[in-house]
Amino acid sequence: MEIYGETIGSRLMLGTARYPSPEILKEAIRASGAEIVTVSLRREAAGERAGQKFWDIIRETGVRVLPNTAGCHSVRQAVTTAQMAREVFGTNWIKLEVIGDEDTLQPDLFGLVEATRILSDEGFQVLAYTTEDLVAADRLVEVGCRVLMPWGSPIGSARGLNNVYGLRAMRARFPELTLIVDAGIGVPSHAAQAMELGYEGVLLSSAVALAGDPVAMARAFKLSVEAGRLAFGADPLEPRDMAEPSTPVLGQAVLA
Amino acid sequence: MKIVVNGELVEVDAATLEAALIELGYGDALIATAVNRDFVPKTERSNLALNQGDVIEIIAPMQGG
Repeated sequence: MEIYGETIGSRLMLGTARYPSPEILKEAIRASGAEIVTVSLRREAAGERAGQKFWDIIRETGVRVLPNTAGCHSVRQAVTTAQMAREVFGTNWIKLEVIGDEDTLQPDLFGLVEATRILSDEGFQVLAYTTEDLVAADRLVEVGCRVLMPWGSPIGSARGLNNVYGLRAMRARFPELTLIVDAGIGVPSHAAQAMELGYEGVLLSSAVALAGDPVAMARAFKLSVEAGRLAFGADPLEPRDMAEPSTPVLGQAVLA
Repeated sequence: MKIVVNGELVEVDAATLEAALIELGYGDALIATAVNRDFVPKTERSNLALNQGDVIEIIAPMQGG
């Protein structure tokens, strides 16, 4: 898939939070085949160097990082966090989150558009965490966003794709954009479904990190994403309301 | 002077952000900084004069989803 002109081999992007240990995180990244992982920023206590230790772990894996603005509830907070992330991580990519609702962690689409406009003007390449709202998507594109990341369902909910119609409509509306389903993926079949809809990729975190066996689940997601993409390209059979015999009836013996 | 660092009130002798980071033990740490909610690039830290009551955020990489 393409992200701002760069070709990425894997269509699965992985979060790095909530793993049982750094070793399992590294193994899960390897098993997933992911080439991009998401990272974040938090307060650092003097003398701890916790950030450096985490950064060393990620660098060992050789993957690229996509910093996020998780937890930001205002445009200013998200923009400042993005600016700080660019300096620390050395990338213009930013997974932009401006959270609007505390219960569902639904993006504040108005704030998201404004923050995208500011950051795009500053040379950032924004991957916008959004909903399937087509009007907001149009506005995001107008202000420079080229990668939309609609939610499947609320972050961490593991409910899969809540609005397949909306995601299908978004795919149809923006055939040229890179679309990635982000959030709400719980099991590999959810990821496969997103890929079968024609999405370029999926981003997931808790589904792997909080699985009983994160490494096995990472591999399961790798396979499901590949299967879903392959199926999308293979022109799937359209559903129909009534049965259609799959065994030819011509030449059948008359025994009744 | 008294400033607020990551939500805690601290006393520093330093006059600039860069000097304060060294005084507080951040030295060569992999961090980014903001003062009074505005990002301060690494290259600007030595030019940024601190004032009494300034609010400084010091953040570093961590796991994310």
